[in-house]
Amino acid sequence: MTEIFSVFLLILLVITAGAAIRTTNLFVAVMLMGIFSLLIAINFFLLDAADVALTEAAVGAGISTVLFLGALAFMNEQEREQAPKRLAGLISVSITALIIAYATFDKPAFGDPNAPAHQDLAPWFLETTQSAVDIPNVITAILGSFRGYDTLGEVFVVLTAAIGVLFLLDTPSAGNMLKRDEGLRHYLIPRMVGRLLIPFILLFGLYIQFHGEYGPGGGFQAGALVAASMILYALLEGQDRALEVLPQRVLTFLMAFGALLFGGVGVIGILNGANFLDYSVLSSDPVAGQQIGIILIEAGVGFTVTGVLLSIFHAFVARGRTQ
Amino acid sequence: MIVLDLFHYWTFIALLMMGFYTVIAKNNLVKRLLGLSLFQSAVFLLFIGIAKVEGGTTPIFTNLVDTQVFSNPLPQVLILTAIVVGISTSALGLAIILRIKEAYGTIEEDEIQSEEEEA
Repeated sequence: MTEIFSVFLLILLVITAGAAIRTTNLFVAVMLMGIFSLLIAINFFLLDAADVALTEAAVGAGISTVLFLGALAFMNEQEREQAPKRLAGLISVSITALIIAYATFDKPAFGDPNAPAHQDLAPWFLETTQSAVDIPNVITAILGSFRGYDTLGEVFVVLTAAIGVLFLLDTPSAGNMLKRDEGLRHYLIPRMVGRLLIPFILLFGLYIQFHGEYGPGGGFQAGALVAASMILYALLEGQDRALEVLPQRVLTFLMAFGALLFGGVGVIGILNGANFLDYSVLSSDPVAGQQIGIILIEAGVGFTVTGVLLSIFHAFVARGRTQ
Repeated sequence: MIVLDLFHYWTFIALLMMGFYTVIAKNNLVKRLLGLSLFQSAVFLLFIGIAKVEGGTTPIFTNLVDTQVFSNPLPQVLILTAIVVGISTSALGLAIILRIKEAYGTIEEDEIQSEEEEA
């Protein structure tokens, strides 16, 4: 039954993606990509990836759509019709597709427990998590501890992207706005429903942050959810009020502080005579040390992701109000 | 059944190629960015599909389920971080497109090029 459902979902994915690239209206394309993200999140959930589904639903379907719509406000919604490169594109794409499709016949069947991907590292991670870190969520253990270097790198990539956006679009500040942003303040129903939702989204974000060791969740998802609640607030009450609640300098501080906290935990490891990002030395008991380390770096990830996503959002909105 | 066994791969190919086609054949810069994120999503789907183990469950130890078969956690971790990096890079791309729009007044690539040649 699940199999039929997942095949149905996959076909739906292809149809949505096809509609998104066929339409010449960019607004429609962005909305379809939001639906696509939600569908792929359900797919991830069916494929046992609860953490990934949560991230995709919050980031892909929520924040990404808002950012694209914010950018579209400056642009012509209608894409110009054109055909010159279409045929050459179709031919090269079809040839590539056929080559990859030919290669899939050598691949292990879907869900095969004996596939090479499941042989070496996966069992090791599943066994070692219980003895070395002792937290229920293996994903969080790998993300925070075993592959801490990788996560640190990703956090700095996210930070760098935000710095780039702030350089390109100017940092928003209350002084150079031309008019006050009223948001949806005069629309009763969105405002009331939104007010009801915001505290619960915020609470859920915090729960995801602090419960990430035991259930699906962690800093990335929590950061996205907290940012989503603040974005909803900014849409409802206007950007000025949102910037009064969380000013841009706080956001800039948050994103740098989160990345520094992550790196700092790693340096403390070195100072205590272990390797960079080895949390075993943070406490007299190595397992407890690992847990402390993971909680600290997850907090760092959460700070950075919240700061980055909100700064990017504010930069886009403020651009329209200063130009 | 071979169709069900390989269906995830084929969906991956379809999505990947749609994204690829959008990137190479469309003139509109925003549309290209959407194609790029479609391309990215296809790769996410491939990784998560590979991670699935028949009869397995989400890799979280709990006494709520009897099974001790877990799906592969490693590809899931890789994709989890990649999603957040993906949105940041998309945002950077959008910011660049916004500046292009302000400088040239259009986001169609051939119009930008002809303006460049005139200047």
